[in-house]
Amino acid sequence: MAETHSVIGTKNKKGQTYTDTWKMMNEAPRTPSFYTGSEVIKEAIRRASCDVMIAYPITPQSEAAALIGELFAEGYIGDYFRGESEFAVMSQCAGAAFGGARVFTTTAGPGTMRAMENFPMWAGARLPIQMIVTCRGINSPLSIQPDTLEIAYLLNTGMLVWHAETAQDFFDWILKGYMVSEEPDVHLPLALCCDGFFVTHTKDVVNLTPADMCLPPYDPYRSPVPCMDMECPPVRMMRDPFVMKSNYISYATHASWQQEIWAAVERSRKHSIKWLNGLIDAENTDAEIMIVASGTAVSQGREAIRLLEDEGVRCGLVKVKTLRPWPEEEIREATKNAKHIFVPEFNVTGWLAKEIKATIPNHHRVHAGPHVCGGMTMPPEIIVSEIKTALGMKTFSLAGRGS
Amino acid sequence: MSQYRVLPGPEHFLPPAAASMGIYLPNPGEAHINGVIVPEDKAYEEAAKQFLMAKVPTIFPGPLVLWAWNEKAAKKATAVRHLYNTLKECVQPGQKPMLIPMPDYRPKYPKINPEVEINPNHPNLTIWHNKIDCCMFIGVHCHQANLSLKIIRGGTSCYTIAMCAQAGHEDAMLSFRDASVEKIMKLADWVRKLKGTVQPRLTSAKSGASN
Repeated sequence: MAETHSVIGTKNKKGQTYTDTWKMMNEAPRTPSFYTGSEVIKEAIRRASCDVMIAYPITPQSEAAALIGELFAEGYIGDYFRGESEFAVMSQCAGAAFGGARVFTTTAGPGTMRAMENFPMWAGARLPIQMIVTCRGINSPLSIQPDTLEIAYLLNTGMLVWHAETAQDFFDWILKGYMVSEEPDVHLPLALCCDGFFVTHTKDVVNLTPADMCLPPYDPYRSPVPCMDMECPPVRMMRDPFVMKSNYISYATHASWQQEIWAAVERSRKHSIKWLNGLIDAENTDAEIMIVASGTAVSQGREAIRLLEDEGVRCGLVKVKTLRPWPEEEIREATKNAKHIFVPEFNVTGWLAKEIKATIPNHHRVHAGPHVCGGMTMPPEIIVSEIKTALGMKTFSLAGRGS
Repeated sequence: MSQYRVLPGPEHFLPPAAASMGIYLPNPGEAHINGVIVPEDKAYEEAAKQFLMAKVPTIFPGPLVLWAWNEKAAKKATAVRHLYNTLKECVQPGQKPMLIPMPDYRPKYPKINPEVEINPNHPNLTIWHNKIDCCMFIGVHCHQANLSLKIIRGGTSCYTIAMCAQAGHEDAMLSFRDASVEKIMKLADWVRKLKGTVQPRLTSAKSGASN
């Protein structure tokens, strides 16, 4: 509908060429680089044609937020400032997105929780903001260490929620994430999560796209809601809103509005499959034992599978890439041959195992664990031990007093 | 493939969003009829047939074509007017084509005049009041169109068509995507082509007003 002019092939003020995203991500040469996850976030945003980044310090995302400040100083981002709190940041992100900007922010742990009211608002207002969540502990007593409990709270906000395993995922998914969330039939915010410190503060080899290529700019005229129309919902929030009327029609409107948000999550499925090459990665799906995991628990699961193979135990792996949209059919298909499904997680409640149990038939097959939390690491040996115990095999105590 | 079909209502106290029932949007060059993906050409014929069968075939133009905010919008508005005029020329006595605008999305109940405008928050009022049994949305922002289409499916028996400039609408009974001036004109051509070949439902009890 918009009077759009293709900018592909033209240069921005930094001399980067606006490039067809598919070509940039899939065909352009890649340069191996040795970076921390935080530096990778910076490098992705350098190429993301972001208009606005709003920051607030909270470990472990502070470094990434500061590095993006350097990008602003270098002229790669239209505007950058620090909010008064995480709640303020997320509200200010909404304002910028309402105005038609491509918006980026980062948060973690208690910051995610403090800003929580904004996330269903973002989704309801159909704002395609991208938020990096570098997960850490959220409860008292204080912990800044890795823990993925905060993801559980994001799952029902109406946002897209993806869980990166590696810094390479992070680099690619930041850029691809905008392509999915800005589709007019989706147009939802994306919470791109990773396990704090494990991904943000460790160095890894990441294959980067050329720094002189960048995403095409966001086109707000494709938005499914009017851009900054102060008289109409969703911008018009409080003056005579239909949510405050007490009659069937106003209730039906709000119900339909909510349904539309979740319909948009469903529509993201098609685009996510295209850009991420599927909502899951699966290996050895004919095995009777499967590990299903997301985030860095996938890496630990992969190592556990190698250890088990040394002992003659064959095990398959499902890497869950998107939590919203939830890969229901994919997980059902990938686990159909499994007699035992193990779900290692870096949180105390086991939210991923609960999601899987609600998805597959014969959910007694799901072993919710092993769990670690509060910053504990998950040695692959404890996954091995959990599996061997369930199979009735002899195992050893990983943290025993010795005998 | 989902067994769910997007059919005229009234469907349910709160009908599900069709996307949540496994209905997918068409790819470029395609359309959907009742949630089933079809070649776009088939959808022109079906849309024209539905218009010519209806007692009160109605076009609902939204802000994206009502306001001349760019050259393309102005051309589309002209094409919509052409489609409306074509409908008037092609219907039989007793049929009453209408063109009712959706100028904005402000909630207006309970004071809306459903005779002269439609609003996405309570589109059923306009359907009921004017006894509309077939309608087409064009130039309505996608989110607002989806709200309307679902509420109409929930509370009326009106057949809904979406001429969408973006990816289309699962909650319409028939949806085009990537709407352009050419596509609107092509639909008008199909209406003219089918003139006199379709029996209107003049005596049918199937009316939006009855629900």
